[in-house]
Amino acid sequence: MLMDTESHAPTASGATQPKGGAPVVLDNLTRQFGATRALDGFSLNIAPGEFVALLGPSGCGKTTALRVLAGFERPDVGRVLVDGKDVVHVPAQKRDMGMVFQSYSLFPNMTARDNVAFGLQLRHQNSGPRRARAVELLGLVGLDEHVSKYPHQLSGGQQQRVALARALAIEPRVLLLDEPLSALDAKVRAELRDQIRALQQRLAITTVFVTHDQEEALSMADRVCVMSRGRAEQIATPAELYSKPSTEFVARFVGISSRVSVTRTGDSVQLFGRDVKIRGEAPMTAGPLDALLRPEDVDVLVAPTGLGVITHKSFLGATTRLQIGIAGATVKADVMSSAAADFELGTRVNLSANAHDVLVTEAQPAT
Amino acid sequence: MASLELGAVLEHDNFMEEYSRGNEVLSWWRRMHWGRGIALFAAAAYFIIPFYAAMQFSLANNNGKFSLQPLTQIAAAPGFLSALWLSTQLAVATMLIVMVLMVPTVIYVHLRMPRFRRVMEVITILPIVIPPIVLIVGVDGVTPSWLKASQWLLALVYVVLAMPYVYRALDAGLGALDLKTLVEASRSLGSGWTTIILRVLVPNLRSALMSASVLTLALVFGEFTIASLDGWQTVPVWIYLAPTDDPRINTLVAMMALLVTCIVLTAIVSLDRSKNPNSRRS
Repeated sequence: MLMDTESHAPTASGATQPKGGAPVVLDNLTRQFGATRALDGFSLNIAPGEFVALLGPSGCGKTTALRVLAGFERPDVGRVLVDGKDVVHVPAQKRDMGMVFQSYSLFPNMTARDNVAFGLQLRHQNSGPRRARAVELLGLVGLDEHVSKYPHQLSGGQQQRVALARALAIEPRVLLLDEPLSALDAKVRAELRDQIRALQQRLAITTVFVTHDQEEALSMADRVCVMSRGRAEQIATPAELYSKPSTEFVARFVGISSRVSVTRTGDSVQLFGRDVKIRGEAPMTAGPLDALLRPEDVDVLVAPTGLGVITHKSFLGATTRLQIGIAGATVKADVMSSAAADFELGTRVNLSANAHDVLVTEAQPAT
Repeated sequence: MASLELGAVLEHDNFMEEYSRGNEVLSWWRRMHWGRGIALFAAAAYFIIPFYAAMQFSLANNNGKFSLQPLTQIAAAPGFLSALWLSTQLAVATMLIVMVLMVPTVIYVHLRMPRFRRVMEVITILPIVIPPIVLIVGVDGVTPSWLKASQWLLALVYVVLAMPYVYRALDAGLGALDLKTLVEASRSLGSGWTTIILRVLVPNLRSALMSASVLTLALVFGEFTIASLDGWQTVPVWIYLAPTDDPRINTLVAMMALLVTCIVLTAIVSLDRSKNPNSRRS
């Protein structure tokens, strides 16, 4: 579908030409709601045309950051620079930012085409070109056949695509996506994810995408900003975030699920009875250390005298996830489902790290 | 018809099956519980018998036969047309004022002060709790004399009386919308508040606004106490004062008012069902 829309889209028209996005700077934003500080000195620089994902659990401030950028919230402190100009005091309707919302936000009294044309009408575009443009944009998101339908006649995924076309119609300086996929089912979500990314790259619009789904953030964004308690924990490319999470919080958010206490020898640690190098910088502490492991980092071998015992097993498709109790810790490990029959609950196993280096952090105090 | 629909909803599958066999009425009666049938019958009788009696009283001629001739006498009755004109003017003015006041207010309360909704509910119930006689005596005590001499004072008082109905209709209508998202979506596309209210919210509040309008219309055409105390001959005051020598005319006017209201309501409801794209959702 994606290739289809790309090859058939008219290229002579303004709607499909790369327009170039604006650079955005969020500078030291703070926003307090009663006793909670939703943003606490949050800063982020976004290059023109860049796709940045704000990733974090609910309540981390990611949505507030987006709403401040959109103009729906005003920061207590801090600046929002778009194209170098501070827009903190510019009302939302004058910021030229296209936004797609989590809940379906189409105007129920208008057809898909009228929804898309709404922003153009407000910009006093004549009805002929306006309608043509709306139809063209609907074609771009693969909805040529649904231009005259009302929102209640469209599926959730179709509604979000109309909302995307509506946001793009005004040729926004910045495109804001507030968890636009979270109300959709998995298949539609994956499809639309690729479609949004391809459109964004083609139009080169500066885009901020809010999500709590790490897979979404890592697969779509140029850079991901992991947020916690109103601050940026780490801002990095998906690859960097995955291989070098800078904090425990980030590590958990990008798929690290187990910690195992380890002893250190120089720039290595003893993990499952073997020396494994410390990845990146070793923590500056003399105290106890933990290795941080992803399920795919661990190999599992059946061994009657093994130190670990399988306590839980869940089928995930191609792989099966095991939970292994070992030396007071619980380690999650993935094995190929074709070999999963060997790993019954209660089976004794040995573990080994399959990477030659491992992330190490200060041990957590026992809770 | 309404009860037929109810039966269809309750036992849709059976209904459809038996409908195809062509004995739907019979099976409907069979399934109808006795208690339900009696309640329905009693309710229908309660409304239909007085209406029928009044119609017979006003439309029967001296021979005891029905005749539409009294209808033609209504227009000729002294003072009726001017009373009708006054009531119409007041109804239109009341509707306009109450909408202009309440639509932005209720939207504002929903968006910015959701906790204030409870207070609003209490405030807007007051006109129902306070007897009209108290209201008009109070209003007359503080109104400047130039306004007291104007018929539009009545419209201002009716705005207060209509507030409970209009508030509740709008409150329910807005509650059914995802107001915050709609407003933010239209703001991000560049709409100011006037555009948001007129182009986005009002079209989606159509049924709420319609029912608010009908209730206001019915209120203005039915209000007696305040109009008569202030000395204005609106339709209900005219009916009471009975300036005709034929009491049947007055009864007929009252019946016609009821009938017209019913027709308007039915028209609005069916129009709303057929045209409103949201009707499936609500």
